[in-house]
Amino acid sequence: MEKPLTQHITPDRKPLSLKEYEQVGGYRAVHKILKELTPEGVTNLVKDSNLRGRGGAGFNTGLKWSFVPMGPEVPRPKYLVANADEMEPGTFKDRILLEGNPHQLIEGMIVASYAIQADISYVFLRWAYKKAAQEITKAINEAYAAGYLGQNILGSGYSLEMHLHTGVGRYMCGEETALLNALEGKRATPRAKPPFPQVSGLFGKPTIVNNVETLCCLPHIVNNGAAWFKGLSRTGDAGTKIYGVSGKVNKPGAWELPMGVTVRELIEEYAGGMKNGYRFKGALPGGASTDFLVEEHLDTPMDYPSIAAVGSRMGTGTMIILDDHTCPVGFVHNLQHFFAQESCGFCTPCREGLPWVEKILLSLDRGEGKPEDIQLLNFHTKALGPGNTFCALAPGAMEPLQSALKYFGEDFERHINEKQCPWK
Amino acid sequence: MATIYIDNVPYEVKPGKNLLEACLTLGINLPYFCWHPAMGSVGACRQCAVKVFKDEDDTKGRLIMSCMEPVRDNIRLSVDEPEAKEFREHVIEWLMTNHPHDCAVCDEGGSCHLQDMTVMTGHNYRRYEYKKRTYQNQYLGPFLNHEMNRCIQCYRCVRFYKDYAGGHDLDVFAAHNHVYFGRHENGVLENEFSGNLAEVCPTGVFTDKTLKQHYTRKWDLTMAPSVCQHCSLGCNISAGERYGSLRQITSRYNGEVNGYFICDRGRFGYEFVNSPARIRKALVRTHLPEAVTKDVALQEIWGELRQARIIGIGSPRASLESNFALKALVGEENFHVGESENDHDLVDLSLKILQDTPARVISMREAESADAVFILGEDLTNTAPMLALFVRQSVRQKPLEQVVQASIPLWQDAAARELVQDQTGPLFIASIAATKLDEVATAICHASPDAIARLGFSVASLISQQSPAVLHLLEEEQAMAHQISQALLAAKKPLIISGCSSGSEAVLKAAANIAAALAEKNGGTGIMLTVPECNSLGLAMLGGHKLESAFEAIQNNYADAVIILENNLYRVADKSVVENFLAKAKQVIVLDHLHQATTDKATIVLPAGTFAEADGTLVNNEGRAQRFYQVYPNPEDIQESWRWLIQIGKALRNPSLTNWENLDDITAALAEADQQFKGLEAVAPPAGFRIAGQKIPRESHRYSGRTAMLANHNVSEPKPPEDPDAPLSFTMEGYRGQPPSSIIPFFWSPGWNSMQSVHKYQEEVGGHLRHGDPGVRLINQPGASFHYYAEVPEDFKPLHHHLFLVPLYHIFGSEELSIISPGIAERAPDPYVAICTEDARAFQLEAGKVLEFAVNKQIFRLPVKINDDITKGTAGLPLGLPGVPYEEIPAWAQIFKQETTWKHQPQIIS
Repeated sequence: MEKPLTQHITPDRKPLSLKEYEQVGGYRAVHKILKELTPEGVTNLVKDSNLRGRGGAGFNTGLKWSFVPMGPEVPRPKYLVANADEMEPGTFKDRILLEGNPHQLIEGMIVASYAIQADISYVFLRWAYKKAAQEITKAINEAYAAGYLGQNILGSGYSLEMHLHTGVGRYMCGEETALLNALEGKRATPRAKPPFPQVSGLFGKPTIVNNVETLCCLPHIVNNGAAWFKGLSRTGDAGTKIYGVSGKVNKPGAWELPMGVTVRELIEEYAGGMKNGYRFKGALPGGASTDFLVEEHLDTPMDYPSIAAVGSRMGTGTMIILDDHTCPVGFVHNLQHFFAQESCGFCTPCREGLPWVEKILLSLDRGEGKPEDIQLLNFHTKALGPGNTFCALAPGAMEPLQSALKYFGEDFERHINEKQCPWK
Repeated sequence: MATIYIDNVPYEVKPGKNLLEACLTLGINLPYFCWHPAMGSVGACRQCAVKVFKDEDDTKGRLIMSCMEPVRDNIRLSVDEPEAKEFREHVIEWLMTNHPHDCAVCDEGGSCHLQDMTVMTGHNYRRYEYKKRTYQNQYLGPFLNHEMNRCIQCYRCVRFYKDYAGGHDLDVFAAHNHVYFGRHENGVLENEFSGNLAEVCPTGVFTDKTLKQHYTRKWDLTMAPSVCQHCSLGCNISAGERYGSLRQITSRYNGEVNGYFICDRGRFGYEFVNSPARIRKALVRTHLPEAVTKDVALQEIWGELRQARIIGIGSPRASLESNFALKALVGEENFHVGESENDHDLVDLSLKILQDTPARVISMREAESADAVFILGEDLTNTAPMLALFVRQSVRQKPLEQVVQASIPLWQDAAARELVQDQTGPLFIASIAATKLDEVATAICHASPDAIARLGFSVASLISQQSPAVLHLLEEEQAMAHQISQALLAAKKPLIISGCSSGSEAVLKAAANIAAALAEKNGGTGIMLTVPECNSLGLAMLGGHKLESAFEAIQNNYADAVIILENNLYRVADKSVVENFLAKAKQVIVLDHLHQATTDKATIVLPAGTFAEADGTLVNNEGRAQRFYQVYPNPEDIQESWRWLIQIGKALRNPSLTNWENLDDITAALAEADQQFKGLEAVAPPAGFRIAGQKIPRESHRYSGRTAMLANHNVSEPKPPEDPDAPLSFTMEGYRGQPPSSIIPFFWSPGWNSMQSVHKYQEEVGGHLRHGDPGVRLINQPGASFHYYAEVPEDFKPLHHHLFLVPLYHIFGSEELSIISPGIAERAPDPYVAICTEDARAFQLEAGKVLEFAVNKQIFRLPVKINDDITKGTAGLPLGLPGVPYEEIPAWAQIFKQETTWKHQPQIIS
């Protein structure tokens, strides 16, 4: 089983230096694109590879790039931003790549930058990833010294600057337009689309924001081709995917696996099954902002269309498991507390709706709930739906709630009828 | 035009707008908060949701925010669709979760957009049962209250204050449902347009602090359409009264003048009307300390003036009618304009330029769309504040072209700003000292008036060879002139702004030459000149002798009595000259609002109505005549100056005034007497104007307490006072539809109690008022007889032991009437003289130390302020500021060294 992304990552060893990375074939993709491929060639290759954005939305990466205006007469500078603001609860897949092999990310960023002919690139890093910040800083310096960054890279005439920017720890910055505002030094509120960042992004210039894992796939696609990348997968979605499992399992963790392994395989094979005495009740397949899957969905392959078909989202591909010893109401309350706090406060439904939901859930959890509360919760799951709010934060927050009401409705009722939390 | 279907009814609408604007223009009530017609859309509040459908067969549709969706041909939307209606109701429900429901004690109540929208959406039952979040409020200075608990987070305040008005000290802090709109700490909101927050805020977070001191609900105000008196721009305002005192000024939309906003001087400067220093009864020196009745005063005047040779001194802050009545009373040969020598010349020159220029004399609102601006010698923020606000918008014109190219609608405000970032279009400023607009300027030059003029002439000569060349320019001056001329030539709508405030004719002439040179090549060239007072241009058109000749007439015994109209001569002429003049005149009759130095010396003082107690016409800086209306019946013996003058005329049996009874008679006589004023009668409908036989009420139909408010005096309700001068009633009875635009006392529409109702009065949202915006231009355009000015001044050279005094201005402090208002006075600086560090060192002075100097015979002792934008060899004197005596400047001041002993007592600065 090939693990291109994590093959050189060993948890108990320092990441590869530039020299070591080159020795295992690193930066070959940079040489290759600069010598053999046009920017359009790279874009087409990535489009063909069917690489889909690993940040959660799953949009075709090459297609996203193709909206960037190309040619001599376009606004400059153009920007590439690596979204390393990994703050989705339960998600730690990018952290492995950032801490484990920063040169792979840099190489991927050079490939993406070349494809869109970006002049300046940024790594927008989550504030709490201190170790990653050190490793990336070191790697960027090495890459500059080796001539992979800066003016006239490898004599090709192509130039690229790269900077590390650490955020201040706002979930909102994971949203690409809010990230751009934050990077400009403004409040991390999302921007209206259209215009898309490809046209008017960072500082009003054409910009691509890609997830870390997405970018890390690029050197391998360049080196091995689109067909190889597609072949890594078990399903229609190409490549490998770093999946993760957290919760009451024997071996919580993250593993690079072919796209399309099933939920059951992940839990039972890789995470070592549920801990003794704990039963599987449900799982959020791709981070906190995805709908619950339950027992009946365990054999669903973890890829974008299959997870969507059973009413949830692939998201980041890192699941959180709900067990039978944990109160689903308290579980969801904890999530809603997070989302309410991380709302940027820009649009009304999210700013005012999420704290309301949080308060209702807290009162249910305390045994102070009323039958009307279920109605109110249901109302919010619909009213905070996509399109009604400015960005995807609140709709994402409603996904675990709406599915919890669907699958664990009885548990909610019990809180009201018994006037206490049955788990306490 | 595009066809859109709203609830299956086809409508023709303008393409390029958004659906919210289209709906409102069509008269469809759709609630909104964050969108503002002057500031565009951001999509934050989600209040204006509607359903759109793919086609006729689509029954499900999807919710969209109408403010974020452009008008597209054949788009189908529904405002009434149940899901859309329900969502809008829920948005209010969400907003109300933290709103304190304190309408009963909130200043906004009754004119609150949030109340209106709440009622409009139908939300009334509260389901939220938890605690509300609360905030601490801030002290924001004398103009605004802060009550953050009411905030519904629409973001309008920061968008206006920071993005639109360029303020730096209001922001949004924190996140999620804790977002806070305020300053980083308690303190005065610095921006000169902060008062607009009270109107921009859809609820009671920012409210008028001056109103709070004598609070009245909007529905209880008696309101009249008025025109701001505190600079020459003529911004339209509504003024409201209750119980005989003026309570509030709000902006009155005029699509060609001020648009939606007014400045803080205009909004908060009104309190002089309620000042204890008001003259409320006639005073006759021989009867003092008792006041006299109107009849006694007139009798005294008849007795004293019957045989006298009378001269008159008019006023640039009095209405055309009052000035004309005085002119008629004393005769043309005895009428003097009450301006300083310098102002008189400068305003006359400004008028001549406006009449002759081949460039377009544009209205203020048009300045917003200029794509290259050159300002010569004006600190607009302090002399013509609202124009500065429009110039601030104009610098976005050029960069906004990229927004259009990127197919982003201009109303999509956040997207447009993200693309434009801090790019600005060409704006060049040549001024005496730093101005607030410098921060958005392409290039700036701080210099003496002569150097500004030389730069201007140089720009003009680079554009047209007909304008004289400037010799001996420094290389950097040449480079700047080149840069400016290139930018102006490249623009589609270049605009030249200058005016009287630098005190220099050369600056005005240079500006005139540039405008003419550009107009040779580009018909889109605009020119705007500012003049000192609200009716300076009207007075210049009316014409009159210089003030100096009034002084001579008394001095040489050609006259023995003087009638002074709404003027304090100490502000326009040298103190000793004025003292002599007032002492020598046998009779000094002064009509004014407030006790001041000149009224103190008068033999007879007559209480003249302010803009709140009088009707009249003012001519603004573009030559636009606009009518202001009396707000409430005259308290005590106060009456309009022109009415006093008619009564004096009648008492003296002066044939030119005996047929005049009301304002219309004077305007008709003026239009008859002088071709220039032909258009005056079209400025406003005559007093006899009626709609369906009815007058236009100054009071809302909800006006309360009429039968009770005077019950402590008399239980029977008195007959309402008549207004012989206007088609407006002083009561709540009358026509409730839309009156002609010049006589709209306040904006109101069923369901729209706040200022947001203005769109109901517009042809289209943000456009002209229906049937045209108020005001008539009296200057015909374009002029045909412009001759390039040929005299280029010599370069400024410093003089040993001297400083060249140049005028500086303050929005809060320099203007005579507004400074009487406590709020404005609190914001005014202390007297000072500004010099640069180098000069300060040369005179061995430091900041705060007193500089002693003399101009002509007058001695000044003023604390020094160090300002390195002041050219070496010059000194800035804040003209008009209390404590800074009048002097004709620019002029050379002789500096006294520390060791110099001065035998005269230096002037005490009070």
